Amino acid sequence: LLPSRLTPLSPQAAMTKLGQWLCGLALLGSAWAALALAPPGLQPPAPLRQALLPLPVYLLVAFGCYSLATVGYRLATFNDCEEAAVELQEHIKAARADLRRRGLRL
Amino acid sequence: MAATGPERVSVLLPTYNERDNLPLVVWLLARTFSDSGIDFEIIIIDDGSPDGTQEVAQQLEKIYGSDKILLRPRAKKLGLGTAYIHGMKYATGNFIVIMDADLSHHPKFIPEFIRKQKEGNFDIVSGTRYKGNGGVYGWDLKRKLISRGANFLTQVLLRPGASDLTGSFRLYRKEVLQKLMEKCVSKGYVFQMEMIVRARQLGFTIGEVPISFVDRVYGESKLGGNEIVSFLKGLLTLFATT
Repeated sequence: LLPSRLTPLSPQAAMTKLGQWLCGLALLGSAWAALALAPPGLQPPAPLRQALLPLPVYLLVAFGCYSLATVGYRLATFNDCEEAAVELQEHIKAARADLRRRGLRL
Repeated sequence: MAATGPERVSVLLPTYNERDNLPLVVWLLARTFSDSGIDFEIIIIDDGSPDGTQEVAQQLEKIYGSDKILLRPRAKKLGLGTAYIHGMKYATGNFIVIMDADLSHHPKFIPEFIRKQKEGNFDIVSGTRYKGNGGVYGWDLKRKLISRGANFLTQVLLRPGASDLTGSFRLYRKEVLQKLMEKCVSKGYVFQMEMIVRARQLGFTIGEVPISFVDRVYGESKLGGNEIVSFLKGLLTLFATT
């Protein structure tokens, strides 16, 4: 598993995650608004505008589907550690016996 | 900075009413460390348990020696974060392991944490239930769904660079944990999350080792609505402030 890498930023200079999201949304939002809601003189060609207008909703739905699929997949592949539970029971037995031998009084 | 000189692992064990599990986890720890030749000490921070945990701890101290078992109790239940701070004052190891004392975490993973730490000279090695052959025993579908859903949310919002943010089975270099304890303010699950998030902010490196989590308590303590709400509040706070 790869370690995480971090470009060192001073705490003051780093933006919060919320800040990053707002910046990103503002950027994308203004680009979308500029293209999709432009006055007649500056409008992009009709087919592009037709695709652009519902794009935010499409992206939201796509993200929703991605989320469901990812969580579903991760749920389905969540390992059940049967052997770990069995092994623990054996270790507990051994531990109790040894501790009793060493003088532990419960 | 490779560690030079003798290495020692200090295990911090905050306990509350762990009369039955404490001797077992200490036995497993001692066995694991002696089998792998790692020098260790176990610091038991009991918050005034009414069930006799401290008496059992004293017996363990006699059996294993007071250089290996350090009893540093507190008068009453004061919370996990402060328990770590309190315990760390007495830690003489250069690595600190934090883990649950209820046998959900098996000490056998600690040598793997150390191996991983050396592999990449990591500041933190985090046990993960969500990667590799990590996993959980004793959870039903609903519990697993909540776990995966919550984890997905934290990944999307915080992009933390670690797969298991609410896990509490970790190895820290001592200076790293000390630095983080100064900065972390949350409680409960969120506290463990905040440690990883702050670690990233401070430029610390995090390695991961798959672990198995054996939940023998779940049947009795269902995950309540309250816990979910406080988790979400904590997550949003971290989202907005880090």
